[in-house]
Amino acid sequence: MITERKAELAMAVAMACFSIYLMLKSAELPIGWIPDEGPGGGAFPFWLASGMLICCVLIILRWLRGISPLSRSYKPYLSATALRLVLISGGSLGIMVALIHFIGVYGAIPLFMIFYMRVLGDHSWWVTLVIGISTPILTFLFFELALTITLPKGYTEPLFYPIYDLFY
Amino acid sequence: MDVIGLLIDGFLVALTPLNLGLVIFGCALGLFIGAMPGLGSVNGVAILLPMTFLVPPTSAIIFLAAIYYGDMYGGAISSIMLGIPGASTAVATTFDGRPLALKGLADQALVGAAVASFVGGTISVVLFTLFAPPLAEVALAFGAPEEFALMMLAFATFIGLGGDEIPKTLFSIFIGLVLSAVGLDIISGEPRLIFGDLPSFFHGINFLVLAIGIYGIGEMLWTIESNSGKIDLTRATVSFSRILDSMKKLSSSVKSVFLGSFLGYFVGILPAAGATPGSLMAYGVAKAISKEPETFGKGNLEGVAAPEAANNAASTGSMLPMLTLGIPGSPTTAVLLGGMVIWGLKPGPMLFVESQEFVWGLIASLYVANIFALVINVMFIPLFLWVLRIPFSILAPIIFVLCIVGGYAPTQTMHDIWLMFGFGVVGYLMRKLNYPMAPAVLAIVLGPLAETSMRQSLLISQGSFGVCFNRPIAGVIMVIAIAMFLVPVMNSIRKRLRPDTP
Repeated sequence: MITERKAELAMAVAMACFSIYLMLKSAELPIGWIPDEGPGGGAFPFWLASGMLICCVLIILRWLRGISPLSRSYKPYLSATALRLVLISGGSLGIMVALIHFIGVYGAIPLFMIFYMRVLGDHSWWVTLVIGISTPILTFLFFELALTITLPKGYTEPLFYPIYDLFY
Repeated sequence: MDVIGLLIDGFLVALTPLNLGLVIFGCALGLFIGAMPGLGSVNGVAILLPMTFLVPPTSAIIFLAAIYYGDMYGGAISSIMLGIPGASTAVATTFDGRPLALKGLADQALVGAAVASFVGGTISVVLFTLFAPPLAEVALAFGAPEEFALMMLAFATFIGLGGDEIPKTLFSIFIGLVLSAVGLDIISGEPRLIFGDLPSFFHGINFLVLAIGIYGIGEMLWTIESNSGKIDLTRATVSFSRILDSMKKLSSSVKSVFLGSFLGYFVGILPAAGATPGSLMAYGVAKAISKEPETFGKGNLEGVAAPEAANNAASTGSMLPMLTLGIPGSPTTAVLLGGMVIWGLKPGPMLFVESQEFVWGLIASLYVANIFALVINVMFIPLFLWVLRIPFSILAPIIFVLCIVGGYAPTQTMHDIWLMFGFGVVGYLMRKLNYPMAPAVLAIVLGPLAETSMRQSLLISQGSFGVCFNRPIAGVIMVIAIAMFLVPVMNSIRKRLRPDTP
């Protein structure tokens, strides 16, 4: 089981590694003083990323000495129920975003909503279908017609040609 | 007087049918968002900002400000009825609001909260009207070092409020600033921090991607986790005579309402402080000056009225530095500020010179929003109680969908959606470990400004940070910023050296 204690250390170490990566990445541009030009382009992110690293080191030191409240906590970082809920919600959201690439927004949104309301919410088919189908329709009316922002449609694009003909 | 003329012009803008409609719609929506446990003004404003591309900038900010405003009223509803603050700004309202509701006096608490909010809102908008033009005038003389010093002050306030875990607050500020540096370097034009050589990073990271990621997706995950238990909704009987009766009872709280309003307004002005500390302080003061402090926490109407007056006043107060200095006073105004940049306005004192219609239209709309928020709130209390019964498993997917399509709208790349999803998940995991997230959002909005002002300052001085200290205004602000940073650091160290002292 991952305790809050372990999680705090793991996050600090991960973020320290990320800070070092950012510092290296920033250093691709000059980080020192360029005469007549001021600080180089990489200076601002470089010194800030080193600030991130210092913070991570401080967090780790505080953890080692048991100063931060979480470093003394043996409670689970994510309880079993929380983990389940977050995995299902976050996971289904991630799957929806992935599906947008293939079946587009108007395929992925109803699938996601129907899954969420039916499986997680345990709502009746009637409620599920009404909300699951009206949401993408409203989205279409608002974004595509009112804002003229074309949302990604993936392989379902040809299905929309007749609708475009209707409106434009 | 000059101000009155400008204000009248502002009302002409605010009362056009489109803008008036948006104020009413925004207030109602804000009340609804505020009443939902877990969702606050910053979530509503961040998620709905992309939707405002439909209307001109002035109408867009009027709409978003109305949401912000309505939210401060709405936060009280769930604090009182569910005992769960609708937003962190309404935490202090639960202390006495919940006990009142349990005694069967929920209607009294709701009406008290609404009326106090109205008074707090009105006082603060009047103060705002008086303070804003002179402050903007002073700020016009600000150069790069002053701007940089102000931003340091904004970040220092976060450290002061961040509690004991100073490294985590600092980390959040730094990471927000670094993320703002992604893209093309402003001065040399060279690409930097292009992760994995992905071309989409050349445009930089849009602040909305981080804001919606954290305040939309991350917040929803957080709420899903914390709402998994059962919620107990109190019953409220509402009738016209009972509303009048509650208003009479409120007359005894006049002093705390006024104090709360002023306190909230001035705390709200402080960069980054915002409505949450303002309302908590107002609660404390109301209790301290009360003749019967022992009744606080057991259902004293003053304990509802004072923080509610304060959080509304603070929300207006936080708009003062945003409009006049270009420095947001709260996470919500940080998002609004980012929106102003998208709409093509340059935040800062020049707004008062160049975009008078925008500024005064917004100020006038606050007066209008205040009235409508009160009316809608009191008239539709039963409706909001019904809204609280909507299961979260219906709202959650709708909000997720809004986040995804809203996050897609500004840049129209799937890259940003994935980034937003990533920020949401990582933000949630970090928040669970007490990393504050608001500083990161403020930092990504202020980042480009901070970098430009810092580099310009250093150019003026040829590389010495002394330029931020030996100019009078910049120097004073810098010293205050350093003090605000050092005091909590010293306190934290002192506490550690002498662990026995409380």
